Amino acid sequence: MNVTVDTVSVDLAGTRVVSGVDFLVGDGEIAGLVGPNGSGKSTLLRTLYRHLRPAAGRVLLAGDDLWQRAPAASARLVAALPQERATDFELTVAEVVAMGRTPHKGAFSRDNAHDRALVQGALQQVGMDGLAHRPFTGLSGGERQRVLLARALAQEPRVLVLDEPTNHLDIRHQVELLALLRGQRTTTLAALHDLNAAASVCDRVHVLSSGRIVASGAPAEVLTPSLIAEVFGVRADVVTHPLTGGVLIAFDHITPLP
Amino acid sequence: MSAVAPMSRRALTVTAFLLLTLALAVTLAVSLGPLDIPAGTVWTIVAHKISGLGDASGWTVSEEVVVWQVRLPRALLAVVVGAGLGIVGAVTQALVRNPLADPYLLGVSSGASLGAVMVIVYGGAGALAGVGLPTAAFAGALLAFGLVWLIARRGGGYAPMRLVLGGVAVGQLLAGLTSFVILRADDEQQTKGILFWMLGSLGGTEWRLLPLPAIGVALGLLALLARSRPLNALLMGDETAAGLGIDVARLRRELFVVTSALTALMVSVSGAIGFVGLMVPHVVRLLAGTEHRKLLPLSALTGAVLLVAVDVVARIALEPEEIPIGIVTALIGAPLFLYLLDRRLERR
Repeated sequence: MNVTVDTVSVDLAGTRVVSGVDFLVGDGEIAGLVGPNGSGKSTLLRTLYRHLRPAAGRVLLAGDDLWQRAPAASARLVAALPQERATDFELTVAEVVAMGRTPHKGAFSRDNAHDRALVQGALQQVGMDGLAHRPFTGLSGGERQRVLLARALAQEPRVLVLDEPTNHLDIRHQVELLALLRGQRTTTLAALHDLNAAASVCDRVHVLSSGRIVASGAPAEVLTPSLIAEVFGVRADVVTHPLTGGVLIAFDHITPLP
Repeated sequence: MSAVAPMSRRALTVTAFLLLTLALAVTLAVSLGPLDIPAGTVWTIVAHKISGLGDASGWTVSEEVVVWQVRLPRALLAVVVGAGLGIVGAVTQALVRNPLADPYLLGVSSGASLGAVMVIVYGGAGALAGVGLPTAAFAGALLAFGLVWLIARRGGGYAPMRLVLGGVAVGQLLAGLTSFVILRADDEQQTKGILFWMLGSLGGTEWRLLPLPAIGVALGLLALLARSRPLNALLMGDETAAGLGIDVARLRRELFVVTSALTALMVSVSGAIGFVGLMVPHVVRLLAGTEHRKLLPLSALTGAVLLVAVDVVARIALEPEEIPIGIVTALIGAPLFLYLLDRRLERR
């Protein structure tokens, strides 16, 4: 299912945080949203999982306005991994993942075998199936994150919206998660801090700076040394990855740009 | 598959255990007192009153009056109020996303206290002539609810912080007014009556007091059970809930209305009984988990058992004098609560 972000603007407390953002995520594509802290990535994503209503513009799912649907109807199509990753309450891992079934269930309906199979399958996909009955609060940050991704998968979405999915993950789990996303072929829009991760997994990247899109396109076209210097304010060179042959961004971690 | 099968067997065991305990507690509550009545006699009297069966010569008239007019309605009101406090406690904790919340956090009980105290001090005269204490308490609770509603509504979304701060501020305001009214009361008997009411008591319960809170708690439980899944999602946060297809502002509004109405109903018949609403959901979470489809009914049952038992102690500990029930819930509840908390920390 394709997603069109159609000149979306978002206001927070009267200030325009995202202005006139336009892009398309094709069916089955993985799109990366990159940009420095405070550039509006999370805010834009929140309009896709209905936490924030756009002040102007529309979010279209296969051509239909997301915000015209009933909340549960849009949650059957779009699942999110937001930044909220902790709770003061003791839920088990299985209970957290089972929340993904919420938009599919009526007020009094119980979890059936199908729901349980989806929960189990999602836990397997993220490699957490042995921990179903562990308390969620007792997990490490990275484990929690994988459980929350499992919750999004159990939602059976047509579109995944992920806010920093690789945060807190060790390198092995980052690689596994990105491989999982590539293998899913579910339309995905992810905010990513790690430009190399974005370059390796995304079909397209959209660069946000101060709430506006400043570049869009294939990673190799967009992530150039001059753009990285301009938007992120660091020195970098873009080379061919010695192992994968893809794009590798080599940052200069020693000399800040003046 | 078995790895994620729900722990329904455990929940069923706990339910069965609680139901048995509740039956036992109610029987004890009706049988114990200044006039001890054997459990068998208690149930034959009850069966006789309900169905007309049985021979009325097996017991004395005073036994019948004590069972049917005094102790049974009181025990059943304890069931209803305990259940209600347990449910409202669990939901308030999810509503403001804080495990330390209790039903009185949102100010409703302070309003009820003001209403009750006004009637105790100024009742029988002027504008308040003929107004019953429960009615006045309920009106006061509605006043508090309305004020908190207006405060929380601003800024949109009934955010947890606004609800809590609004509730605390309105609670303080009304508590100040209540204290002022109490100070102006010059009658020592009145002051004692006020203290008794504010600490909570089920003394003097009559049948006619039962239907309204009972229906309220039943309907409230149903309305909240229908929102079990959204309540679960709310524990993780507003963004999570929104992403799962929940209209969070609307859900909060509904939960706020239902919990306030239930609290108002209960406080108006029993006073502000403390600690039950805070403690019961925690006990149930330890026994059966946090998931609301289990948490809500089990909190109702646990609250009912607890309040029936506590009311027995309140009645007979210093026989023939009664202790306000809130004192007993605090004296029993606080150590029990700390013990449970300790066990939980060990388990981690």
